[in-house]
Formats: sequence, C-alpha cells, structure tokens
Amino acid sequence: MNDRLEAAARLEDARDAALAALGEAVPYHRFLGVGFERLGDELTARLEYSERLVGNPILPALHGGVTGAFLEIAAITQLAWDRVWEIMQKGGPEAEAVARGEFRQWPKPVDISIDYLRSGRPRDTYARAHVVKKGRRVANVRVEAWQEERARPIAALHGHFLMPGA
Amino acid sequence: MSETRETAGLFPVGKYDAEGKLLSGLPHSAEIGMRIHLSHDGVAVLSVPYDARLVGDPESGVLHGGVVTALLDTACGSAVMSKLSPKGPVATLDLRIDYMRPATPGATVTARAECYRLTRNIGFARAVAYHDDPESPIASAAGAFIHGQRASE
Repeated sequence: MNDRLEAAARLEDARDAALAALGEAVPYHRFLGVGFERLGDELTARLEYSERLVGNPILPALHGGVTGAFLEIAAITQLAWDRVWEIMQKGGPEAEAVARGEFRQWPKPVDISIDYLRSGRPRDTYARAHVVKKGRRVANVRVEAWQEERARPIAALHGHFLMPGA
Repeated sequence: MSETRETAGLFPVGKYDAEGKLLSGLPHSAEIGMRIHLSHDGVAVLSVPYDARLVGDPESGVLHGGVVTALLDTACGSAVMSKLSPKGPVATLDLRIDYMRPATPGATVTARAECYRLTRNIGFARAVAYHDDPESPIASAAGAFIHGQRASE
C-alpha cells in the first residue's frame, strides 16, 4: 500500500516538474509573466499584472494585444500539456525526458478569433482552455479569460492549431 | 524627421521616417519596442524588432504568435484612430488572425493596417504582417473597433 502511495506521489511530483518546465521553456511566457497551475489534469493559466502590460495608461487597461497573446498562450499550452500528460501516462524514456523539460512538440496557431468582452483591469488575469476537438492534424480550442469573477470574462478566443508532426 | 506631430489620444498622428517613433504612450507597446512609421487617414504602419525575450519556440527562435497578435491589434487600432475626427479612444471588439507562416528569427515584423470603413460607432480594419514584402505575409488580421466615449467602458 505504501509503495503505491509513494508511486502516486512521485508521479504527481513529476507532473508538477514537467508543467513548470513546460511553462518556463518559453521566453515569451517569462516576459509577460505567465504561469500555470493545475488540479489533476486541469490547467489554469495566470497572467501576473505588471505596468508593462498596460495599453491604455489613462483607464488604466491591459493592452488588447497582451490579452490576446495570453489567450493564445493558454490554448497552445493546454494542447502541449495534453500531449505531455499522454506521454507521462505511457511512461518510459520519453516520459523521463518530458519530466526533465525536454519537449519539442509545440502546436502552431493556424487561425484565432478573439472577442474582447470587458476592458482588462490592472490586476491578475486567469484563463482556462477547452479543447473542443482534437483531430490528427488540427485541434479546435476555446479559451476564456477572467479576472476577479469567473462569470465575468474579459475576453474569449476560439482558434485552430496545427498539431506537431502533422 | 516627422512632418506632423500632433498627438491626439494615445497614438501619435502623422508621418514619420523609416526608423519610426517609439509608441511611448502605450507602455506595453513601448516595452516590446513597437514603432509607428505611419498613421494617417485610415492607414497605419507599425513594426516590432526581433527580440529574444519574445520567442515562443525556444528550439527555432521564432517569435510567439502572441507578439504578432499584439502588433496587428495595435496597427488596426491605430488605423481606426487615424481616421477619427475629432480624435478619441478606440477599443477592440474582436480580432481575427490567420497565421500563414512563422516569422523569420532575427527579422523585424512590420504590420500595415487599413481602416476601410468607419461608422458612427464602429471602425472596421484589416491588416497584414510581413518582413519585407506585404505580398508574402506572415499573418493577416481583420477586426472591429468601437470608438468614442463607449470605447472606454
């Protein structure tokens, strides 16, 4: 029984390490201040507020481009994370490499459409992506971003992403 | 240097030399080194120089799609703003972007946007992002922007 508990704890640690490595591998994530939190396999992206992200200093409001970029990051990382999850479930050398942060199968955006619903206030922003359909070559993803209240989204994205190796 | 230098709203309006003018009124645009080369009568040309901090794929060094999104959004907003009289704030309602090919590592990305229709409340804009040749686009965009008082809600 103890062995099983230990194995489960090791797997959780490996997943945390793989997610941290995935997030930190991308320079643009660090530049914007984007991190990722997970509960089980569910991922939430977090954009830490900073003055550098402001588009309109009078309101002040987040730059629309930053909000758009954040939604795009949430979509791409969700798809990458789903792949990492699969690899880690299988185990073996590929899973060990992924846990060390060696991941090269980033999906690429084909097209995205962003709706701006409310202006982004000077505070942290969160986003969660939902993969509507994952085909062999293309995935369809929807993302919503919110700040204080989940029920009051500030922006939404839907888009298509080319899966690596397609 | 610049021909006109009236500053209206957040965007400088007028024509600038090839170097362009740093978009200092918008903190994030300034942070990524975004420059405005032209913003006049519904047409805006902006650029972002290559910067290793903005890379999305560490393997290839290609800029993150989000950087292109930020550039196209700002270019379309500038184009709409340059067509307003009197000048006022604009806010993005929606933006659709098609990514045709990855940006080349090391190269500046330029966006040319045009506000092709302006109504009492809405400006419609389209744009292309490219390196040297607009006929060989990295991405294209189309968006709707609300202007006037309602833009700041």
